[in-house]
Amino acid sequence: MSDSVQQQAPAGQAPSSQAPSSPVPRVRAGRGPVGRGGAPGQPESRRRRKRNDGAWPWLFVAPLAAGIVVFYLWPILQTAWYSLTTFGVFGGATFSGLDNYRQLVADAALYRALGNTLLYTAIVLLGIPIAVYLASLLNLPDLRFASFYRVLYFLPYVAMPTAIAMVWRIIYNGDFGVLNYVLGLVGIEGPYWISTPGAAMVAVALVGLWSSLGFSMIVLGAGLKNIPPDLYEAAELDGASRWNQFRSITVPLLTPSISFLLIITVISSFQLFDLLYAILGSTNPTLPRSMSLVYFFYQAGFVQNDKGYAAAIAMVILLIIGVATAVQFRFQRRWVHGG
Amino acid sequence: MSTALHRPSRRGRRTAGLATGLAVALTVAGCGDSSSGGGEAAAYEPASSDLSATITYGVWDQNQVPVIEQNIAAFNEEFPDVTVNVNVTPYSEYWTKLQTQGSSQTLPDLFWMNGPNFQLYAANDLLEPITEVVEAGDIDPANYPEALNELYTLDDVQYGVPKDFDTIGVWVNTQLFEQAGVELPSGDWTWEDFQATAAEISQKLSGQGVYGAAGGMDGQTTYYNTIFQSGGSVIDGDSSGYDTPETQQGIQFWTDLIASGGSPSMQQLTDTTADQWFVSGKLAMYFGGSWFRSAITDSDLVGTVTALPLPIGEEQATVIHGVSNVVAADSENKQAAQALQVFLAGEEAQRQLGEAGSVIPAYTGTQDAFADSLEGADLQVFLDALDYARPLPVSANTAEWNAAETELLPEAFSGARPVDEVTAELAERMNTALAAE
Repeated sequence: MSDSVQQQAPAGQAPSSQAPSSPVPRVRAGRGPVGRGGAPGQPESRRRRKRNDGAWPWLFVAPLAAGIVVFYLWPILQTAWYSLTTFGVFGGATFSGLDNYRQLVADAALYRALGNTLLYTAIVLLGIPIAVYLASLLNLPDLRFASFYRVLYFLPYVAMPTAIAMVWRIIYNGDFGVLNYVLGLVGIEGPYWISTPGAAMVAVALVGLWSSLGFSMIVLGAGLKNIPPDLYEAAELDGASRWNQFRSITVPLLTPSISFLLIITVISSFQLFDLLYAILGSTNPTLPRSMSLVYFFYQAGFVQNDKGYAAAIAMVILLIIGVATAVQFRFQRRWVHGG
Repeated sequence: MSTALHRPSRRGRRTAGLATGLAVALTVAGCGDSSSGGGEAAAYEPASSDLSATITYGVWDQNQVPVIEQNIAAFNEEFPDVTVNVNVTPYSEYWTKLQTQGSSQTLPDLFWMNGPNFQLYAANDLLEPITEVVEAGDIDPANYPEALNELYTLDDVQYGVPKDFDTIGVWVNTQLFEQAGVELPSGDWTWEDFQATAAEISQKLSGQGVYGAAGGMDGQTTYYNTIFQSGGSVIDGDSSGYDTPETQQGIQFWTDLIASGGSPSMQQLTDTTADQWFVSGKLAMYFGGSWFRSAITDSDLVGTVTALPLPIGEEQATVIHGVSNVVAADSENKQAAQALQVFLAGEEAQRQLGEAGSVIPAYTGTQDAFADSLEGADLQVFLDALDYARPLPVSANTAEWNAAETELLPEAFSGARPVDEVTAELAERMNTALAAE
């Protein structure tokens, strides 16, 4: 959903171009030094400033706030309402209380989808330690072609998921795929990756892991640049090995970036849909056993036209992501450096 | 065009739409208030040639746009002041968009409808019946295949005028038959002949990884046909036909085919679909629709492919499906929309469609061009199939039980579970879904 909002934002911000003609600067100039630069001995003016700010700050955030309200909050409220209704295919919601939720908690598909999504998330999260290691390698001062490698790792992230999925679908093909051919060379008989329950979700998650590496490495790369080089110099003088430097300096000082990645990765993993849809295909017999939460939502809302039920699924997804994120924020104080 | 009816892969593009799925679905759907005035509006009156209006014609197949434009040019000779805007939406987004338009009373004046979606729109009063047009003598349903009229009729009221159709046959790679040293079957073959031929070819050409025949997950081209051939049904009145022994036989056909090695396994067919096996020259016989002709035209198989009628079980049968033109019940220019509907249903427009060659026109007597449209193949079998064609099984919410078929039937085909156990569960699921309609 974030895509749509990012696209909408510039249009929504258009009115702010009129801001320079606003009278605010004049008012402030007339009142003398206020704000952060103001002398501490002027509580009166500080109080007045608070009062006089009036509607202006609101006006400035209005374009952004309007976008959030119109494209996030309002739809969420509507979804919450529709999840309590039986929704006609062509509109017309009839209130049905908690029926959808009652049906949902009794639906085995929900738990299967939740289990699959958790498995996917767990596998994609393995990408973070890998990215930490790769990013620190890329950050070695004497590495040649560093930007070339960076581009290589980042390419899958900027490529369209559907395009990536098409290629991997061919790689995973049981009879004619490259993967099973290579496995065959070393004497392993690969499974039919995308049509074997169990293997299918792992296959999709490996692609998810691979394509998320680039983004993680960019974030971690920025984090690495913030670690002062003298720490490494000092450690080297004290005789610390490369591995010890990595363990005792790099990793602890990267924890803010890692924590950020953890939250982002969990959220985006819970939204798994496009990769799954495109790699497995909608008539794949393993799909009922391999579907993710969002796929379950899609199936109910857009294939089976049960939009009230789909809204209830959406609310459950929202709740799960909300709880998962809140828990992470709570625990990050314990392990994040300076957090 | 019905060729796109079962092409799930193209729907993959809908992924992009899901990014905004929640918001769009709910905000947009919220705009619709459910009152829609179908049926009772002004009585049908044939348009006079000075009628002036601008109407929209909603379609999903870009390939047919040139011939549609020819149709409209001919239409404008009769009605010079009616402007028709052709609105093309790719199949993958067509139904999502149409549902949104249906919710907000902004449907195109005239648009394409397919079987699986028809009852949903008709039952919600979004379509204008053709009853009065037929009474006025402007459209005669007798000109179109009976099964197609039936497909677009709900509660004895017909809403759609058939535009084109497709039937199912067996596409044959004659070169593989030669290599295997197996004689090409004749047109009046039985299930046993088919099974034996498939197993024999698989066995003789196993070194090359070639299979005799292939099953699949697409009911329209595979198991619906065999269900009808064994005397069964998919929907019987208001309930599922899957719990009858006849229907189970129609399913068993594919289980046997896979068990004998005549077909690749279900897993192989998931990775590489039957049509891909055939186009790659690795499959000797393929249960496929008449629309598959264009896939062959684009391949290097031209000249080595021909078509046979489907094998006969207890009886001879094939599934027929076709697109129809429907008028929106709340169209503001209904008279003009109906005039175009009438024109497109007529012999002149249908002949233009047939000569363009991409689909088989529905109007009896305009279909000859199709039979000779593939070099070295006699496609008359797809036209002859009209005599024993049965409409694609549909209901008000077809997608719901289609999903149950996709989920359960592979277990029967692969032999993982006994056929009667799977079909009993499927019948139960389907009856629940049908009852909810």
